[in-house]
This record gives sequence, C-alpha cells and structure tokens, in this order.
Amino acid sequence: MPGIVSVTDLRKVYDGGFEALKGVNLEIRKGEILALLGPNGAGKTTLISAICGITTPTSGVIEVGGHNVQTDFRASRSLIGLVPQEITLEPFEKVLNAVRFSRGLFGKKADEAYLEKVLRQLSLWDKKDARIKELSGGMKRRVLIAKALSHEPRVLFLDEPTAGVDVDLRKEMWAVVRALKADGVTIILTTHYIEEAEAIADRVGVIANGELLLVEDKVKMMEQMGKKQMRIELQQPLDEIPQSMAHYDLVRGEDGSFLIYTYDTQGERTGITSLFADIAKAGLVLKDVQTSQSTLEDIFVDLVKEDA
Amino acid sequence: MNLQAILAIYKFEMVRFFRTIAQSVVSPVLSTSLYFVVFGAAIGSRIQQVDGISYAAFIVPGLVMLSVLTQSLTNAAFGIYFPKFIGTIYEILSAPVSHLEIVIGYVGAAATKSMIIGLIILATAFAFVDLHILHPFWMLSFLVLTCLSFSLFGFIIGIWAKSFEQLNLVPMLIVTPLVFLGGSFYSISMLPEFWQKVTLFNPVVYLVSGFRWSFFGQADVGVGISLVMIVVFLGLCLAVIGWIFRTGYRLKS
Ligand SMILES: Nc1ncnc2c1ncn2[C@@H]1O[C@H](COP(=O)(O)OP(=O)(O)OP(=O)(O)O)[C@@H](O)[C@H]1O
Ligand SMILES: [Mg+2]
Repeated sequence: MPGIVSVTDLRKVYDGGFEALKGVNLEIRKGEILALLGPNGAGKTTLISAICGITTPTSGVIEVGGHNVQTDFRASRSLIGLVPQEITLEPFEKVLNAVRFSRGLFGKKADEAYLEKVLRQLSLWDKKDARIKELSGGMKRRVLIAKALSHEPRVLFLDEPTAGVDVDLRKEMWAVVRALKADGVTIILTTHYIEEAEAIADRVGVIANGELLLVEDKVKMMEQMGKKQMRIELQQPLDEIPQSMAHYDLVRGEDGSFLIYTYDTQGERTGITSLFADIAKAGLVLKDVQTSQSTLEDIFVDLVKEDA
Repeated sequence: MNLQAILAIYKFEMVRFFRTIAQSVVSPVLSTSLYFVVFGAAIGSRIQQVDGISYAAFIVPGLVMLSVLTQSLTNAAFGIYFPKFIGTIYEILSAPVSHLEIVIGYVGAAATKSMIIGLIILATAFAFVDLHILHPFWMLSFLVLTCLSFSLFGFIIGIWAKSFEQLNLVPMLIVTPLVFLGGSFYSISMLPEFWQKVTLFNPVVYLVSGFRWSFFGQADVGVGISLVMIVVFLGLCLAVIGWIFRTGYRLKS
C-alpha cells in the first residue's frame, strides 16, 4: 500500500546552485508519527517545504493522499497542515482572527465550536482576543499549531515544534500530538531533541547533507543499531589488558580501575560468559558490573559521523 | 474556485485597513484638501478658466486620480509585500488556493480601499468646489478600472520589491512624475506641440482625461481611446502576474 505521503527521487537545487536534497525517497504511513532527525542544514525544512508547496522541487514526484502536489495541488494541500520552523505571524492580528483566517484560506466553512476546541486544547482560549504581539514565544508557537489544525488536516507537519518551549509545555504538546494520532492524523515532525523522537515517534528518519540515511521503526532501530556496554569495575587497578583477553572489544578505563566491554545484543553470542571466565582465569577480582544501552542519540551521532 | 479563501484574504486585508482607518484616510484627504486650497483657491483665482471650466473644478478629477493611483499602488504593494517580509506568506503558498484566487483577494481588497478613499476625497472636493458630475456611471467605471489596474500594478511591485526602499521606489520615481505630467493640473492643449506628442506615451494622461470627461463632458483625448488604454494596461498587468505565478518569481525559492 502506498503511503499517505510518497516522495520519489526528490531533488532540490536552490537558485545559488546549492543542492539541498539529493534524491530523497520516502513513504510516510497513514496514521504514524514520523520523526525526522538531522543536523542543522540537513534539508529537513526543504523536504517539508517541497511537500507543502512552498518550494518548487527541481525534480522528483511528491504525492499526498494519492494526489500529485504540483498538478493536483488543491486536493493534496487540503490534507496538509504545516507548522513552520520560524515563528511567522502577523503581530497586530488577534489570535482567534488569525485562526479563522487559516480555516477560511483552506476553504473550510466557519466552525467556531471546532476552533474553540482547538484553542482550548492548546491552552490558548483565554488568549483568543489578545493580539499576537502580546503573546510569549511559546504561546506564539501554539498559535502556529492552532492555525495548522484549524482546517482539520489529515497530515500534519511540525517543523521543530518544541524549539524554545519549556519542558511542561513540551509534554503538553506531545499529548496534543498523541491525541491527533489517536484521531488518525499522520504526523511528521522534525526535531533536534532526540528524547522527543524517542518519546513519541513510531518511526525515525535520519537526514544529513540532503540525503535520507535511513527510515526505521524506532524500536527496531534501537534494537538493531543499539549496542550494549558493560562497565566492569575491578578491585585492583589494571596497568594493561591481559594478553589472554585481547580479542575482546575491551577498553581500559582511565586509571585502570574499570573496563568497558561493548557488545552487540543482536549478535549470535554476546561473549559475556567467556569474558567472565577469562577474567576469572586472569585472576582479576570484580567489584561491580553495570550495563547500559545506547540511546537514539548515540545511534544518531554515529550515523551522522559515518556519513561525514 | 475556493471562494472561502478569497473571502478570507479579502476580509483579513480589510480588517487591517479598518484597523488603521484614521491614518489611511486622514493623510490623503488632508493632502488633497491642501491642493484644493493652494491650486484651486490661490492659483485658480488667477487662472480662472480652462476649457470653459473654473480651474478649481478642472483640477478635481486629476487630484482624485492622483490619490486613487498612489493609494492603489501602495496599498496593493504593501498588502503582498508585508506577508513576504514577515514570512506569513508560507501559509498562502501552502494553502489550496490558485494564483488567481490570491490575486482576487489581495487586489480586490486593495482596490476597495482606494475606492473608499477616492470617494471620500471626491466628497471633500464638493466642500471646496462647485461641482456636478455629468456622467456618474462613467465616472464610477473609470474609478473602478483605475483602482483595479493600479492595484494589480502595485501587487506586481510588492512581489518584485526586496526591501521597503524598493517598495517606495516605483510610486516615488515613476508614478508621481507621470501623474504630475499627466494633465492633472493643466490641459494637454496648453503644452507646446512637441510635448503634446510626448505626453501621449504617458498612460496617466488617458486616465485623467477619461475621468475628466465623465465630469465635464470634454477631454484631451477621446473617451474611447482612454477606455481602451486602461483596459490594455489592465491586461498587461494581468499578463505579468500570470507570469510571476507560473515561475514563482520572488515568491518561492
Ligand atoms: N532559500 C534558500 N536558498 C538557498 N539555500 C537554501 C535556502 N533554504 C535553505 N537553503 C540551504 O539548504 C540547506 C538545507 O536547509 P534546510 O533549511 O532544509 O535545513 P534543516 O535541515 O531544516 O536545518 P535546521 O535544522 O537548521 O532547520 C542548507 O544548507 C541551507 O543553507
Ligand atoms: Mg529546518
């Protein structure tokens, strides 16, 4: 089944000649939350802009809900809500008016009850008559979200929705995102906070230098790419790793008081049993053992490093 | 046709107009009143009659035109430049609206604003000058056509402009001279023959002349020619706008 958003061989060369997207292929599944991770300048915003019609692709095909975004833009764009990365709002406009405008612009009949629901959900209802310039940064960002939701989109793009938003509010936004997902809305968000992707995404895509390095189920990705590390603390510091244990992926801690053993949880054997046997044979006495699993962040950093 | 969208844009723009209604109306009314006083009363008392019309009355159509032209240009230019400048244009570009609908919304609003201002100025004129309009229907038609075509022109400038300086450049550098040399304050026949010929390349001449005809029943150039020229200008602006949207010129990166 084709995804609700389908991007094929998308290239974007900006006027100056800079190639911001180098042939991106992406299928976004209906109803999922997809997090796009990538360093600054990776091409995340460019990808979103191309899908939403803000920038014209140099080549490639984009479809939303089966509608080509260039030839059938009315049908495709009606499905899309976009929360841009930058806070762009008319400063003198009143909150409720701004949201009404968005709904009208997308060709939807006025529905005050629905707009009230959206504003309440985003804790903006008591600010409905305030002018945008009177709001705090976090509130403005929520107004952008309210505008994007005002026309009941089926696909919602959130370009760094939680940048500059405090922890409480971030959690609130995650709740909103989850509620939308429960309504069947497909959500694509870009973020620099890996915990955010870890917390709410179903799948994670990693972009660097205009290329989509991978798109993977979050859990699977963490399983597959995740490495475990074991920290083995010793009674007596060690000057060097004994010859008998040289074939293990071991690193001696700074003062020799501990060893770090890295192993692959997906490997056939973790090698833990034999490592412990060899430790005993070498006459080392253990003080403590801890294991830790790499986070999405470690995976991400590894991937982007490899790509560079 | 996404009528809701046209209406949304139109309303949004009109709300902005009414939010600053005092500024929008006071300054053009004040400056035109000054023209009436200085040119109509002070100088007019010396010139007395042009083509059999009192000078004070003679300059009214030109002055209304002058305001309507500049208002249309600046309103429409600013209307589309502002969202471009602050970035809210993203929403228009990502909405299911066609280019035509965007133009109708913005240009319609800008034309309405200058129409309102034009009518207010005309009303002010009645306070200063003894006037009656011979062809009210044609007067309104010329007014509407001018508002529309120069709002379209302003829309183009607003899209083209990359800075506030550029935004003011065209109205300042081109339009004001064209209007002053367009026969607002004098009859073309008062000029030396050579300059009469040159003047015929000035589109504003046709506007002012046609508009003046609707007041007094006489004009520098034939009304038919005036009408045709305005429509040609309107078509030209439409063609340029069509091209802008096809290519995304200065709208999309
Ligand atoms: N309008 C433009 N003209 C020229 N180059 C551009 C334009 N917009 C973006 N770029 C370039 O394209 C590249 C990708 O930019 P993009 O905004 O898509 O990155 P991003 O992944 O969203 O980064 P960030 O995390 O900082 O938001 C950058 O190198 C940027 O300089
Ligand atoms: Mg970005």
